[in-house]
Amino acid sequence: MDSPPIATSPTEVQLIDESEEFRTLRRSFRSFAFPVTIGFVLWYLLYVLLSCYAPGLMGTKVIGHVNLALVLGLLQFATTFAIAAWYARYADRRIDPVATAIREAHGAVVHAPRESAE
Amino acid sequence: MTLLASSATEHRGLTMTLFGVFVLATLVITVWAGRQNRSAADFYAGGRGFTGFQNGLAISGDYMSAASFLGIAGLIALNGYDGFLYSIGFLVAWLVALLLIAEPLRNSGRFTMADVLAFRMRQRPVRTAAGVSTIVVSIFYLLAQMVGAGALVALLLGVTGDGAKRWTILAVGALMIIYVVIGGMKGTTWVQIVKAVLLIVGAALMTVLVLAKYHFNPSELLGAAASASGKGTAFLEPGLKYGATDTSKLDFISLGIALVLGTAGLPHILVRFYTVPTAKTARKSVLWAIGIIGVFYLMTLALGFGAAALVGRSGMVAVEGKTPSGNTAAPLLAEQLGGGAGSTGGAIMLAVISAVAFATILAVVAGLTLASSASFAHDLYANVIRRGKVSEKEEVLSAKWAAVAIGAVSIVLSLYAGKLSTAALVALAFAVAASANLPTLLYSLFWKRFTTAGAVSSVYAGLISSVVLVIFSPVLSGTPKSLFPDVDFHWFPLENPGLVSIPIGFLAGWLGTLLSPERPDPAKYAELEVRSLTGLGAH
Repeated sequence: MDSPPIATSPTEVQLIDESEEFRTLRRSFRSFAFPVTIGFVLWYLLYVLLSCYAPGLMGTKVIGHVNLALVLGLLQFATTFAIAAWYARYADRRIDPVATAIREAHGAVVHAPRESAE
Repeated sequence: MTLLASSATEHRGLTMTLFGVFVLATLVITVWAGRQNRSAADFYAGGRGFTGFQNGLAISGDYMSAASFLGIAGLIALNGYDGFLYSIGFLVAWLVALLLIAEPLRNSGRFTMADVLAFRMRQRPVRTAAGVSTIVVSIFYLLAQMVGAGALVALLLGVTGDGAKRWTILAVGALMIIYVVIGGMKGTTWVQIVKAVLLIVGAALMTVLVLAKYHFNPSELLGAAASASGKGTAFLEPGLKYGATDTSKLDFISLGIALVLGTAGLPHILVRFYTVPTAKTARKSVLWAIGIIGVFYLMTLALGFGAAALVGRSGMVAVEGKTPSGNTAAPLLAEQLGGGAGSTGGAIMLAVISAVAFATILAVVAGLTLASSASFAHDLYANVIRRGKVSEKEEVLSAKWAAVAIGAVSIVLSLYAGKLSTAALVALAFAVAASANLPTLLYSLFWKRFTTAGAVSSVYAGLISSVVLVIFSPVLSGTPKSLFPDVDFHWFPLENPGLVSIPIGFLAGWLGTLLSPERPDPAKYAELEVRSLTGLGAH
């Protein structure tokens, strides 16, 4: 067995798993990560489909030699940076404090087996 | 008339010197790091002591392969806008790693991807499957880099003939084995960091020089690239490479999906998340990586269009032959920016950028060798063959032997795979990662009902379907560009299998779970869930 079990009976972990605090944490994480993932994957697919099937539209000039295809491509970069920053902020406020609280509350009971070298 | 070849001989000494300095410096780092390696956590995970910024740089170093530096710049230089499509997929993919994979993986695993997959499953079947897919993905990726290295060195040093290619492949292979065996993860990580800094500085220097030629007006650069390409505004629009037929469009969609979903399943990227102390640092390293990689891909845009304007297809044809891959676009552009062929400035710039390209290849192959040998030792040897009854020392020793063996296998395969296209091999690695690894990782982490049977079927179905589809695709047979152009046994029309194999991977995991009589262990899932989200009990 590679992953050493948390040094506690499984029921204790299950109790944490079922606690109100942990449920809140799980909800905060999933309600952000899942819809945002679906969102950016669809947004990327839209861009790929437009590039494949609407080259005329994508060739529309915006400024000088800069066309819509280039603007949308750069927008993909912009949304990637924005989503990363948004998640960093969200995790700092909504995920880390709850995770830390749970870890501290149960750290004494649930001893974390650190590796000998650490 | 071959401007690169003529000046290549002049600058060869300089390139070799610069490259020698890089090799020497990285070897010193490797030996220094190797002396500090004591435990298995040191060897596999660099002691988990890196900061978010350091690991972000190392991730970027692992990810920005020669395929992205030379390949994307070349694709843009030859095909204009369609080359840019690649880099967008490569970047957006990082959000999957950031939102769904990096933190849970860091919290619930120890050294390899299989640690997470096998957490609540039966160890031996799941570790076998994950180990096999890790090694397969890494070897495809290794072949791409080493074949590319062989072809590149001949061009950059102006040496022709198969002998030079063979020696390059041998040298690259020997160095990567030394990095991994002596330096372990700590040494390899520092090699990645040095390489990433060199690459970013080199690309930034060239970007500034290109933009300066066009008064820092991107529109002017685009205009010059379009007119020099001879294709006019079509050069700036999608369609030149992928828009030819309905099949090529579908092929591109297939590639795009594999790029976006594959990154978070690449074993050599996943193991990087174990080199930091906490999940929060893993998140920070991905945030840094997104910033660094994003800026780098924006710079390849300037390099690609710059090469289109200043070097042109004819410049690449002169060096590469009638059907240029574009791999020489960036080095040739460097020569132009330094003052052109024959000038001292041109020779210096060409030598610097060539050395950066070598450094890039060397660092990436070291990362791949480490990830695959770690999986062999930790998953296949320690947990499957020896059933966990093995000391840390023996396990690390077996990882070192595995690095030698995997290195030797990829050297031999590369010597014979010279005709395979680098792009096709990289695309295949991403497709396998997206079809075999990602579905299993996501199900393991987020689906309570998932079972051993589901995990095993998902990995094998994704792995086998993507490899089989490529075997029966135009990559291997049926077209003049195929590996075996004289025979035709292809029936799958696309070169990229992702569009079919990724759904197969997800479907197989779901069906395997539903059809097996096995009941998942709710206590183990509760443990995984608590550990992955809070870090309680994490290593």
